[in-house]
Amino acid sequence: MTAVAVNNLSKVYATKKETIDAVQHVSFDVARGELFGIIGPDGAGKTSLFRMLTTLLLPDGGSATVDGSDIVKDYEAIRQKVGYMPGRFSLYQDLTVEENLNFFATIFNTTVGANYDIIKDIYVQIEPFKKRRAGKLSGGMKQKLALSCALIHRPVVLFLDEPTTGVDAVSRKEFWEMLKRLKQQGITILVSTPYMDEAALCDRVALMQKGKILSAGTPASIINAFNNTILAVKSEKMFQLLRDLKAWQGTEDSYSFGEYHHAVMKKEFSEEQLQNYLVEKGHPDVEIKPTQPNIEDCFMQLMQS
Amino acid sequence: MKQFISFVKKEFLHILRDTKTLLILLGMPIALIMIFGFALTTEVKNSKFAVLDFSKDAATEEIINELNASRYFDLVAALHTYQDIEAIFHKGKAKMIIVFPPSFKSDLQHFNTAPVQIIADASDPNVATTLTGYATTIIMDYQKRVTHDRKLPHTINTQVRMLYNPQMKGTYSFVPGVISMILMLVCTMMTAITVVREKETGTMEVLLVSPVQPIKVILAKAVPYLLISIVNIISILLLSVFVLDVPIRGSLILLLSESILFTITCLSFGLLISTLTDSQQMAMFISLTGLFLPTLMLSGFLFPIENMPMVLQVVSNIVPARWYYQIVRAVMIKGLPLITVWKETFILTGMTVFLLMASLKNFKTRLA
Amino acid sequence: MDTEKIIITEKLTKRFADFVAVDAISFFVNKGEIFGFLGANGAGKTTAMRMLCGLSKPTAGKATIAGFDIYRQTEKIKKNIGYMSQKFSLYEDLTVKENIRFYGGIYGKSNIFIKEKAALLLHQLKLEKEADKLVGDLPLGWKQKLAFSVAIFHEPQLVFLDEPTGGVDPVTRREFWNMIYEASERGITIFVTTHYMDEAEYCSRVAIMVDGRIEALDTPEVLKSTYTATTMDDVFLQLARKAQRSELG
Repeated sequence: MTAVAVNNLSKVYATKKETIDAVQHVSFDVARGELFGIIGPDGAGKTSLFRMLTTLLLPDGGSATVDGSDIVKDYEAIRQKVGYMPGRFSLYQDLTVEENLNFFATIFNTTVGANYDIIKDIYVQIEPFKKRRAGKLSGGMKQKLALSCALIHRPVVLFLDEPTTGVDAVSRKEFWEMLKRLKQQGITILVSTPYMDEAALCDRVALMQKGKILSAGTPASIINAFNNTILAVKSEKMFQLLRDLKAWQGTEDSYSFGEYHHAVMKKEFSEEQLQNYLVEKGHPDVEIKPTQPNIEDCFMQLMQS
Repeated sequence: MKQFISFVKKEFLHILRDTKTLLILLGMPIALIMIFGFALTTEVKNSKFAVLDFSKDAATEEIINELNASRYFDLVAALHTYQDIEAIFHKGKAKMIIVFPPSFKSDLQHFNTAPVQIIADASDPNVATTLTGYATTIIMDYQKRVTHDRKLPHTINTQVRMLYNPQMKGTYSFVPGVISMILMLVCTMMTAITVVREKETGTMEVLLVSPVQPIKVILAKAVPYLLISIVNIISILLLSVFVLDVPIRGSLILLLSESILFTITCLSFGLLISTLTDSQQMAMFISLTGLFLPTLMLSGFLFPIENMPMVLQVVSNIVPARWYYQIVRAVMIKGLPLITVWKETFILTGMTVFLLMASLKNFKTRLA
Repeated sequence: MDTEKIIITEKLTKRFADFVAVDAISFFVNKGEIFGFLGANGAGKTTAMRMLCGLSKPTAGKATIAGFDIYRQTEKIKKNIGYMSQKFSLYEDLTVKENIRFYGGIYGKSNIFIKEKAALLLHQLKLEKEADKLVGDLPLGWKQKLAFSVAIFHEPQLVFLDEPTGGVDPVTRREFWNMIYEASERGITIFVTTHYMDEAEYCSRVAIMVDGRIEALDTPEVLKSTYTATTMDDVFLQLARKAQRSELG
């Protein structure tokens, strides 16, 4: 059963000088109970896509349904059953934690008590501060409160637009753990993020760039589709090493990746050839080892093809 | 309904949490009334004057006493020669000098006429005109009393009566003006700003993606400002009556209902602005230039509409404050009943309905 | 003046009422280093950086930037540093050229210098065609690269980068780091904060702030072996999880 079905969806913004194709013929399906990630940098069209699916924007082409309701015709029905957390944590900064939560419960015609079970896990962490104004919370706590508010009416589908942007690594980890637990409660979750490493935490992902979906599927299937060998390379002179890697004919692409550089090898070249080349270039200490590509490697290759 | 109440409650919390703004909103009317009532008053009180009395008889003494006794004048010196006049003006000790020729009283009794010279320091022409006006009135009053029992054969008796405001108090005209200014600021600007603020912080997005009807969002924003405005109207009226001695001649109920009508007009205006703008700055800018200035300039409160060029007179018709100002003057100061202001009331109601319809039509259920 | 150490702090402290945002931090940054400055939200990174830029007065402690005292010589410090943040960097409603000219002007550079340097810069960034475009119309990645170039336009000794790569695509993010390396090769010291832990690996040395204190400071290699971690991400998580006050923000 599909929770979200997107078919050829497009959005165009027209300014005086030019038209911007924010979303171009995007199609994908999200199954019920799935945790689906839209991965892409700023300006990829993630927010426009989410706004169309949450009925905030009208599409310029294509169609989509959320829980069987059409995003244009049945927008009122969709508003009853989705939860939405926009990019900026949209809370009332001058209201307390408790007041925010109660307010969002009433606008969805429900009460905090009636649905406490669904937010309990998240809310207990901020409950000690329930008398504190939302504006005085730390980033991680704001994020938890915003998520509680988006969940309080027990939505069928939850849309989270860049919930982890600008949040530190610890809070990001915690946030993904919360999403996993929510998934177990049967809520379908669509989440967008610019952090490539978060793709691995989703059931399925769509990689998005410049309004288009580059690839979609399970993280494993996307990685399997990566055909080249990647070698992780390290030496004393990292910056010079990168220049040498880029200059070599045997690499399709090379870029820094954490403490190593990644060399995407052309099929006809071997690790040995690379080793010889680099030693010759003045890296006698060079360390080379094969490595598994990850989503970021895939994204970069798809971006440039 | 529960949704709506919860919304109104939330709006009140926003306002109460922002104590500084709340204090400004409630304190502004009081400050404005005080400023207009005391500092910027156009009437002249306790002006210093001197006399050069060559007659020194019972009549001149009586006139001088009367001038001195009035609240407008204070006698500071009795001069002896014409040279003294120049001197006292130079020192700035007097603003006006009254000169009585010799044998003033006997001339008045025997020839039925006697000249009085009023010399005023016209470096401030407005004050000078006002002072000579007051002095003339007081002297004429005296003449009337003296000649009352006698029929004079050839006297043209000009009678000026300052209707509704016999002492020409400046206070009267600005009270309705201040009320309309305050309502414009509180209702129009603040309502527009609070709606736009939700757009800016992104909470509007969340509200739109919820089953709440937009109309409830908007109306809930208006309720607290309606209440604040009623408090403001009452405080302005109390100050006017008890501190500035401006009476309310007409029906208080009528005055309050008309004020609430105008409040709703202003609120609708604010809502319309909020549907047209996306930033608080823009909302404030439109409220100030598009509404506040025309209200100040074209409502008749600072400049009489009859004296404006024809074009501006026509434009003033679309300024709601113009009609409200006329209503308040009629009801509060002239004490007239509803029947005399039905036309203005009707126009204001029409404007309100139009503005409300326009803002509802404009309010989007989506972002763009 | 110590020519080797461009930043020296000694028990630098900032207190807001009863809240100690930065708690007596002492460290130094060598000239030409790429110095990574990490910490969870609310750990005191931003406050510390503000003090070092001369934007905020410390409550206690000492510090010198490029040999200048941060209490008395803030004007001189500002002349010798560059600053770029993710939030504010360029004027979106001015063109690329106008932005460059404006920043050059702020630092009192001559018209000839600005003209020549601007041409070189546009060439290096391959932005010649976009020189008369509004900055607001450029893609985010280009904006960030341009912002960095503008921040080092006046050839400062030291540049502060506050989360310069947030939300940028992976390719552009690497191009950005190449620019950082190039600047560093020219002798400009880099002081950078980031939420991407792989970027921490690119730094010569990394400081990790927890609860207003510097909990760890060393090269990525040493940090990883000290905390028996395979990535900087692990190191960071181990340290940041100790935080007591992160939730009190």
